[in-house]
Amino acid sequence: MIRFNQMDTTSTETKVYPKIKLGWFSFSCCEDNTVVMTEVMNDHWQEWKKIFDFRHVRVMKSKNIMDEFDVAFIEGAMAGPEQEEQVKKIRSISKKLVAVGACAVTGLPSGQRNNFTAEQKESIDFLITRFGALPSVKKVSDVVTVDVEIPGCPMSPKMFLEKVNALVAELRSSQ
Amino acid sequence: MHKFDLTMEHITKVEGNASLRLKVENGKVIDVKFAIDEYKRFFTEAMKGKAVAAIPQHLARICGTCSNAHVMCAIEACENALGIEPSAQTKLLRALTMHGLIIRDHALHLYLFSLPDIYGVDAFLDLDENIPEYHQILHDGFDTKSAGNYLATLIAGRSVHANYPVIGGYLHFPDGAGIEEAIAKLKSIRPAVLRLIDIFRNAPFHFDRKTKYMALVPDGNFGYTGGTIITSKNESYGRDKFREHLEHVVLPYSQASAYIYQGEDYMVGSLARVNLAKDKLHPHTKESAKDTLALFPSTDIFHNNLAQAIEILHSVDESIDVLTANEFKPEPVIKVEFKEATGIGVIEAPRGTLYHKVVIGADGIVKEGEVVVPTGQNQINIERDIGTLVNGLLLKPEFAEDNDETKAKIAHEIEMLIRAYDPCMSCATHFLKVEWIKVS
Repeated sequence: MIRFNQMDTTSTETKVYPKIKLGWFSFSCCEDNTVVMTEVMNDHWQEWKKIFDFRHVRVMKSKNIMDEFDVAFIEGAMAGPEQEEQVKKIRSISKKLVAVGACAVTGLPSGQRNNFTAEQKESIDFLITRFGALPSVKKVSDVVTVDVEIPGCPMSPKMFLEKVNALVAELRSSQ
Repeated sequence: MHKFDLTMEHITKVEGNASLRLKVENGKVIDVKFAIDEYKRFFTEAMKGKAVAAIPQHLARICGTCSNAHVMCAIEACENALGIEPSAQTKLLRALTMHGLIIRDHALHLYLFSLPDIYGVDAFLDLDENIPEYHQILHDGFDTKSAGNYLATLIAGRSVHANYPVIGGYLHFPDGAGIEEAIAKLKSIRPAVLRLIDIFRNAPFHFDRKTKYMALVPDGNFGYTGGTIITSKNESYGRDKFREHLEHVVLPYSQASAYIYQGEDYMVGSLARVNLAKDKLHPHTKESAKDTLALFPSTDIFHNNLAQAIEILHSVDESIDVLTANEFKPEPVIKVEFKEATGIGVIEAPRGTLYHKVVIGADGIVKEGEVVVPTGQNQINIERDIGTLVNGLLLKPEFAEDNDETKAKIAHEIEMLIRAYDPCMSCATHFLKVEWIKVS
């Protein structure tokens, strides 16, 4: 099991780190990665409570703060113009931006309408217009720079922990 | 006298995105629009042209938290079309897959989304571990979720987008060590589930409303697959009717389809199931939750959460029995022979009755399909209840002042009511960002 250390014990001096500010955002998707994250939490919640500041995680809390993030996780594809604007805003206030899951990394399957036949596209056009959706669904890297990608539908819990562990180590090396 | 518009964007602690627009004039609600804001991802349109074997995994992607219910329902629809009768062992594995889902999904909703309201904290993790009662609840919550996750993974490969169940059977079978561990985990969480039932039985929130209830009720024990659709008006429908008994309603402001029954709103989900079939619950569940079950049938919408806790206990008891009494041996997947046909699947997903329909060509390629999800069926009920709730609140002295504090309290009350329904907007838990606009 991968563990995160709250304190650096390799040094003769004990260093206490500030909490890492996390954001978790879901766009157009089935939110399977959110479910996987909450299941990974079953084994890690006690350490996570100590080292993470869950600053903006709408699935877990109401009083979310949108000011700055050490790591922002983006799940889902961009299907509407306001989603594009929001992910740009998140990028501008995040040190690291992580795309999680297939829809964020590849745009699919949420963006399956991009691959529809002309006839199929014609049949759904009125809905695209009615709700002001983008003409084509975009993956996250089509809109902003992505630092880390965690693919999968859903993401693998093991890979998620490995990537998070690496990010924690990287962020702490600069603290 | 209150006079304002209330716009609530991004309802929180729900699956997916929902918003609310509420208009109040002369102290009364004159308009409520509860809209499901997830952009359409066109899963039914995308069914066209896919091989029938791909349909269960395709439709699973409608929703992460309900995904294994979509897998089960899609398999049932495809098998119904192709004339496949699953083996007795496959039926047991499917029942266990659903029990794993019910335990994991209800525990996520009850502990992480609803329980913070009861304890007056913003998030489940805000509970202070140093207080013995809260320490216990935190461990109960994650242990219960974990047991459900373990069961689902053991039986179905994954608790999200299960990859073992396929049309005609399973690709992998649980081994003895895994079964033993699952039984031990399920037995260990039973006391936690009993504590959870007590918490929601004693919760201070109530909203009484008369509505019709509808659920798929199995012929045998309480469960989530097979049986007949029953209503609280003592009507019954076979699955061959698909949704002929439901009337589709277009809400122009919502991305989701809504439904009514005989011209009126109705409710699906745990409350409907326990109201209609509590006598079929596992004997140990009935014995352990005897006093709580006396509250059902109930017209208190907040008892939907209580019914979910009871269902967790039933799924624990039922799973222990099935895992203890059966040996699971590898068996081949039933071979599919394509034919032109239409198939219907109906199951009880965690949030209510789920319908899948698939039309297949002689080449095994899907021509079209249709999906009716529980939250679409509850959408009109939720909308009307919000109006009734706010009208009631505006008459209370503590809500008399037309100020920001009152508005925040009203928004919180609305969110709690929405959470009681446990909507799934992907098929639903994000909290509401509230924007108040006064009507001049």
